[in-house]
Amino acid sequence: MKRRCLLLLALSIFAVVPLALFSATASFGQSATPTDFSKATSSEKLSQLDQRVTAAQSSADNAWMLVSAALVLMMTGPGLALFYGGLVRRKNTLAIMLQSFALMALITVMWALVGYSLCFGGNGSVIGGFEHALLRGVGAEPNADYAGTIPQTTFMVYQLMFAIITPALITGATAERMKFSGSVLFMMLWFLVVYAPLAHMVWGKGGFLNAALGGRFPTLDFAGGTVVHISSGVSALVCALYLRKRSGYPQQPMPPHSLVLSFIGACLLWVGWFGFNAGSALASNGLASSAFVATHFAAAAAALAWSAAEWFKNGRASALGAISGAVAGLVAITPAAGFVGPMPALAIGMVAGAFCYWMVTKVKAIFQYDDALDAFGVHGAGGTIGALLTGVFAQQAINPIYGAGKPVGGLDGHWGQVGNQLVGVLIAWGFALVGTIVLLKIVDMITGLRVSTEEEEAGLDITQHGEEAYNLEA
Amino acid sequence: MMKIEAIIQPSRFGSVKEALHEIGIEGMTVTEVRGHGRQKGHTEIYRGREYTVDLLPKMKLEMVLPDALVDQALAAIMKTAKTGMIGDGKIFLSRIDEAIRIRNDERGENAL
Repeated sequence: MKRRCLLLLALSIFAVVPLALFSATASFGQSATPTDFSKATSSEKLSQLDQRVTAAQSSADNAWMLVSAALVLMMTGPGLALFYGGLVRRKNTLAIMLQSFALMALITVMWALVGYSLCFGGNGSVIGGFEHALLRGVGAEPNADYAGTIPQTTFMVYQLMFAIITPALITGATAERMKFSGSVLFMMLWFLVVYAPLAHMVWGKGGFLNAALGGRFPTLDFAGGTVVHISSGVSALVCALYLRKRSGYPQQPMPPHSLVLSFIGACLLWVGWFGFNAGSALASNGLASSAFVATHFAAAAAALAWSAAEWFKNGRASALGAISGAVAGLVAITPAAGFVGPMPALAIGMVAGAFCYWMVTKVKAIFQYDDALDAFGVHGAGGTIGALLTGVFAQQAINPIYGAGKPVGGLDGHWGQVGNQLVGVLIAWGFALVGTIVLLKIVDMITGLRVSTEEEEAGLDITQHGEEAYNLEA
Repeated sequence: MMKIEAIIQPSRFGSVKEALHEIGIEGMTVTEVRGHGRQKGHTEIYRGREYTVDLLPKMKLEMVLPDALVDQALAAIMKTAKTGMIGDGKIFLSRIDEAIRIRNDERGENAL
């Protein structure tokens, strides 16, 4: 037994070493030490000063971006894991939390192997290439196409956190009935087939929706309204329809088992979102501050709007309503965060809070789909309304993305932007829709997607993982 | 020996327990239970979905008493558990044939 373990260990080392050597071209070297400043000529002094200014800016930007990357990871675990974990019945708590956590591990490994390269390598119009596979060429040097002041390593790890949370959002729709094996396989494929191309189209060099780098249909998406929220939300709807309803839904009551967990999760999401949106400035600058403020104001306005709608309808405001509203506002401001000032942010939040309330309470009831934790109702709907409103409210005063003096959004005098947003939205919808259907068919044939009725009754914690969230006998 | 099973409002539990202690009742077993009699439940709303919660939280007190204490105990419970509203609960009485203290095998009222 011991010998077999050793053998395995040796084998795995042999497998990793060539990979490591292969990618060792990435350089983390320090620049050469400059000559003594006091003895230098004035032109040498100027160039040294220039280097020092650049280094100082890089340090400041890098500090903020590393913190932002950590904040965005915090949104998945514990943020989303707790938010979703509290909303399911107690027998499915660990299963839903583990799905988020599994993605933290799974997507990270895939990101290192090919993911980053497919999203940000090369300059294809639909998908990146293999230029940065195994993170080749990703080191301390900035990648000027994306973020000229921070090491590409930082940019790479920051973008990774987005790739983690996006599929994790989908698990809200498939909650309480999807097989763990099917879920893992689906998420891996979904990341490659849906996320990577969309991320490249909207954010990658050459991508045909990229507004910053001159795409054919420049879609404004500051932090991922289309790439993250529409893609996951629409896929969530497809998954909910494909998997069909949980057994007993909607006759049987399925109330959240712990709104306390959800409450903590939602508050962590709110805080983490500063890294998500303000971090998307990719620098520690005025734009980051502006996005930070817009994010916060939209969340507050949406929490109020959802609560007010509830108060009007039921005569009471609820904790679940307030936190759901805040998340809806955060979703909707995501594409707009770096393009709008505080007042439009309040407006976007208000609209999103009320709209998502209506989607979740009314539209879902009319069409009877079992989007268990409202991944579509909040992320799909909020992402769509947010992307469109970005086209209305974007201001050149905040972000002159088309050059100085050129209007950006509708109210700025460029109503064509709403059309561009619509193109981006439709492509994200279509892409997510088709990709998800195809992948679900494939995964259904390989591992199957849904647990048996008996397993569903017993709960996914016991049947999929052999453990329970709350052990009464411990 | 009689067994008293009293199902009462959780909010009255503290007073009931105190009143029972005052008349010298030292042992009881208490369980948090859910149930309903004539009391209707309430509705809860989560993201627009209404749930009728008809099994309401109650406390169940069980105690086995020597016959001499039963009337006093009943009076104490009746007095302290009553709010006059629907949902105050019920008391059930039953006769107990035998009681055994596991530690030393005492039997009957000595075991209480």
